[in-house]
Amino acid sequence: MIFAQIEKIGIMSAQAIERFGFAVRLFWDSFYWLIVGRRYKQRVRFHQIVEQVRVNGFDALPIVLALSFVVGMMLSIQLLYALSDFGAESEVLRAIAKSVTREFAPLITGVIVAGRSGAAIAARIGSQVVSQEIDALRVMGIVPVRYLVLPPLLGLMISMPLLVICSDFMSIVGGAVFSIGTLDMSLMAYLYESLHILTVNDVMQGLIKSVAFGIIIALVGATTGFHVKGGAEGVGKATTSAVVISISFIVLVDMIASYFLTQ
Amino acid sequence: MTMTQNLNNNETVIKVENLVTHYGARKILDGLNLDVKKGEIRVIMGGSGSGKSTLLWHILDLYKPTEGRIELLGKDIHSISFNEQLKLKQDIGVSFQSGALFSSMNVGENVALPLREFTNLDENTIRIISRMKLEVVNLGGFHKLLPSQLSGGMIKRAALARAIVMDPKLLFFDEPSAGLDPVVSSEIDDLILSLRDTMGMSMVVVTHELDSAFKIADKITVLDQGKNLITGTVEEIKKSDIKRVKDLLERRSRHDELKPDDYLKRLTQEHYTLS
Repeated sequence: MIFAQIEKIGIMSAQAIERFGFAVRLFWDSFYWLIVGRRYKQRVRFHQIVEQVRVNGFDALPIVLALSFVVGMMLSIQLLYALSDFGAESEVLRAIAKSVTREFAPLITGVIVAGRSGAAIAARIGSQVVSQEIDALRVMGIVPVRYLVLPPLLGLMISMPLLVICSDFMSIVGGAVFSIGTLDMSLMAYLYESLHILTVNDVMQGLIKSVAFGIIIALVGATTGFHVKGGAEGVGKATTSAVVISISFIVLVDMIASYFLTQ
Repeated sequence: MTMTQNLNNNETVIKVENLVTHYGARKILDGLNLDVKKGEIRVIMGGSGSGKSTLLWHILDLYKPTEGRIELLGKDIHSISFNEQLKLKQDIGVSFQSGALFSSMNVGENVALPLREFTNLDENTIRIISRMKLEVVNLGGFHKLLPSQLSGGMIKRAALARAIVMDPKLLFFDEPSAGLDPVVSSEIDDLILSLRDTMGMSMVVVTHELDSAFKIADKITVLDQGKNLITGTVEEIKKSDIKRVKDLLERRSRHDELKPDDYLKRLTQEHYTLS
């Protein structure tokens, strides 16, 4: 019984390492084909990348803006309550501006996009594996990584920072809506003061993280999609796995990046 | 000059030598050999698990064998460069059992995909060529439909149009008649024959439909347990004395050979083996 459990853990660990290696290989191959693709008739179409920016970025904008606004308000409520113990309510503006740009905006955006795009990438590639579309690409001479992985990867690497900038702004607005009454400031004065407090480093931290999150979402989605087994049920499982694994990696990488970027 | 222009009419276009492959510990193909001549329609037959689809995937380089050599149009597929592979793949068309049409694209876009990826033709020319190919398979006017809006027979025909859009020299079919009614199945057979006659393509058709095989085959290869049991013309296959071939032609299962006593004996033996 114990040996069976140990064997199971061993198999799962080996599988996890193999998947991680597969994802790294996908990343490497994607950029390899981006650079040398034209020489081997494996051109990356500009319109495919623009389409991915639209699907993964522009289409996610309403939900990102709405949730960022709510998170900004929530932060403002909590921070005003906590800071009132020290009579430091005036610092709420600084706390919101810094925490949102460095931490919350990329994290919220990452989680939302993982749920939308990560699941979609896994489902699309998974169903293509099941219906032999990947095999069809290969026998035609089309490299699947170049055709199916590179466009969403680049699309997410471009759209994630753009979404995070929008999220930064909307979270600060959300914080302002609740705080301006307590601080006795106008909305414009609050926004101006927030911009004044923020440094390039604060914004860059969020943007660097967002690019990393975009890479994670695309690679995890593609990796789980390519490993689909067992038809429609397998596609469903892969979709769920893609979201759970993406969010787990996003949180982990966020913590590691926060440590190194604040040194 | 394309690779195939170097080949004579009687020349071998597909050559498989001593192909061995395993799934885990299980041997699927066991030293298989195959020769297909230019302009020939070769049907690969065999029961379930005989290795016929596996053989096709290996010829198409979708799987790597444990041992053996595969030559297509005079080129060893495992030792050529990526660029040579790419050229070779443009001389190959495949019609998958499920059709494998891209669900996000309409029929016209599916057929046009290889032209868009590998040629420098302008959009108008690509559109004209892809619609011509759809006409060839009797799907003219259906280019705007999505694969989900097509019937089983239409999906097979659309997949065939995509397979022939680059005017390949070799055409492969995986179960072209599977899941189709006899009339549609017969239409697909006629299409296969007309493509061979009009375009001179060499074809490999994996099927277990006897009527279809007898109608289209120049030669039939029967596989059993990963081995080439017999290769011959339709008449030679029909006259064969090999028991497994006779069983296949008479649609007799291996289990029909077992008497109740044999069956119980086998179960008992398996029981002893397990314990």
